[in-house]
Formats: sequence, C-alpha cells, structure tokens
Amino acid sequence: MKHYEIHVTGKQGIHDPAGENSLHALGNLGYEGVTGVRIGKYIQLTAEDSVTEDEVREMCQRLLANPVIEDFAVSLREA
Amino acid sequence: MRFGVVRFPGSNCDQDAVRALQYLGYRADFLWHQETSLAGFDAIVLPGGFSYGDYLRSGAIARFSPIMDAVIEEAGKGLPVIGICNGFQVLCEAGLLPGALVRNKGLKFICKPTPLRVEKSVCQWLDLAPGTVVEIPVAHNEGSYYADPKTLAELNATGRVVVRYCNPDGSIVPGETAPNGSVDDIAGICNEAGNVFGLMPHPERVTDGVNGSRVGGAFFTAIAKHAAARA
Repeated sequence: MKHYEIHVTGKQGIHDPAGENSLHALGNLGYEGVTGVRIGKYIQLTAEDSVTEDEVREMCQRLLANPVIEDFAVSLREA
Repeated sequence: MRFGVVRFPGSNCDQDAVRALQYLGYRADFLWHQETSLAGFDAIVLPGGFSYGDYLRSGAIARFSPIMDAVIEEAGKGLPVIGICNGFQVLCEAGLLPGALVRNKGLKFICKPTPLRVEKSVCQWLDLAPGTVVEIPVAHNEGSYYADPKTLAELNATGRVVVRYCNPDGSIVPGETAPNGSVDDIAGICNEAGNVFGLMPHPERVTDGVNGSRVGGAFFTAIAKHAAARA
C-alpha cells in the first residue's frame, strides 16, 4: 500500500476569510508576531501500489482540488 | 415548454423551482441525478441546496453525477440551463461557466433580499432591460464569485456579466456593494452563447407571490421564447 499526503491551499490573492479571521483572533490573544494565517486542507490518500503519483495528481486536478482557486502538493509518505 | 429540475442528494430548492415554474404556466418535472438522458426537456434547472452536503467543495461531487454528462453535452448544443445558488456552484465546478464560488468575505451565511442590477448581456434567460433593479433573496455561505483578472476582463468584454449586486438605487461602489465579497460585484454570469446562466440569488423564491413579490418570474419567461424558437 502507498500513503499519499495531499495539501490543498487557496491560491495567492484568493480570499481566505477563515485564515484572516484566525489571524485576527490570534492578535486578540496577544500573539503580536503572527503575520499571516492561511487555512487549507490536508488529505491522506491510501492506494494500491499500482496507483502512480501522476494518477494522484490527476485526481487532484479533477476532483480533490479546484485548480481555479486552489494549489495542491502531493507527496508519498514513507511507511 | 417543459423544464427539468435536477434533484441531487441534498438539493433543497428543487420544489421551489418546480412550483415557481408551474405558477408561470410551464410544465416542470423533477429529474433524478442518476438519469442519463434529457430527452423531452426544453430547459434544465440546477437548483439550490447543499448537494452531497457541500463535502469537499460546494458542487464538487454533484458535478460528477451521471446526469451532468448529458447536461454538459446538451448545453454545448444550445439547451438552456440555469444554475441557481448551489446550481451555479455546480456549473462552475463542471466548467460550463468560468471561475469559482468561495467562502463569503465576512464568514457569515447571508440570507436576505438583495438588490440586483441587470447588466447588458448576451444572456437568453432574462426578461428584464439593462439597468433594471430587482430585489431577489440570496441565501448562501460560499457565494463569493472569483475569477482571475484575465477571465474577468473577458466576461466584461463579451457581455457575460448578467447581474451585479447593487444599492437599492442601482448604484455600485466597486468592491464594496456585493454582500459576499464577489469580485466586480458579480451575482450572475452566462456562457458565450447565453444559454447557460448561473447566479447565486434565488429568483424562484419570489415568483409565485408567497414571499411578497413576483419579480423572479422574469428570470424564467424569456427562455421559453428562446426554447420555442429553438424547437
């Protein structure tokens, strides 16, 4: 079995209200030095050995991420 | 004139749409998302709601429902398709309309009557003159329209911005008037041919008068003429 880790994040310039509000809340808690928070998704994908990383990228392109608004990164996690 | 209103698991404005269309005197029937043919239908409505619980992204999973292959194919041949709210999200995810709908700027679910200004566009669905202001309810959490600057310029240049959020007098303060943070205050857009129309507001909720207005009917009546000409 292969274990893939996928990070999906909003493209630069796309509103991330959840991140912006979390940043604001951290400021309210007294954490002055935090300059940015961006919130995305983390996906763990388990697959047969026959599934290639290219196929996982295709899955991201077609479904797991929306390339119009999101970037994604795929990595194979060593078991 | 027969409309088909697609029901995805989690659609919840499907009955409103059928009721509104029947009130206007059209035949309207539900279409289950597992159907693969649109034969016998003159126009298709993708209704509002929370298809597949909005899991992953709004509309992302509904976009791969079996019926969507037929919707994409027939839309390409000119079949009128309107996507309202979640239906608009599905149309963007399916690539029938450009751009995407993201989380509202203020993080709030917005549910209120909202003035819209009709723009000069190639949209076949609207029975309203450019410049007309109509009040239509919105109800969404992920309704902030986004398109990259190039796409936006193209939408504007080709008359594909159909309705914009505005003040009650029709004025717009760019970047501030849209309640949800939509780029260029866009509330609805159409494809190049004008037969595919997506918008976040809900005209079907103000069509039969139950909510105090019948102004929404003008979002459905024009397409009947186009469909008749096409048949």
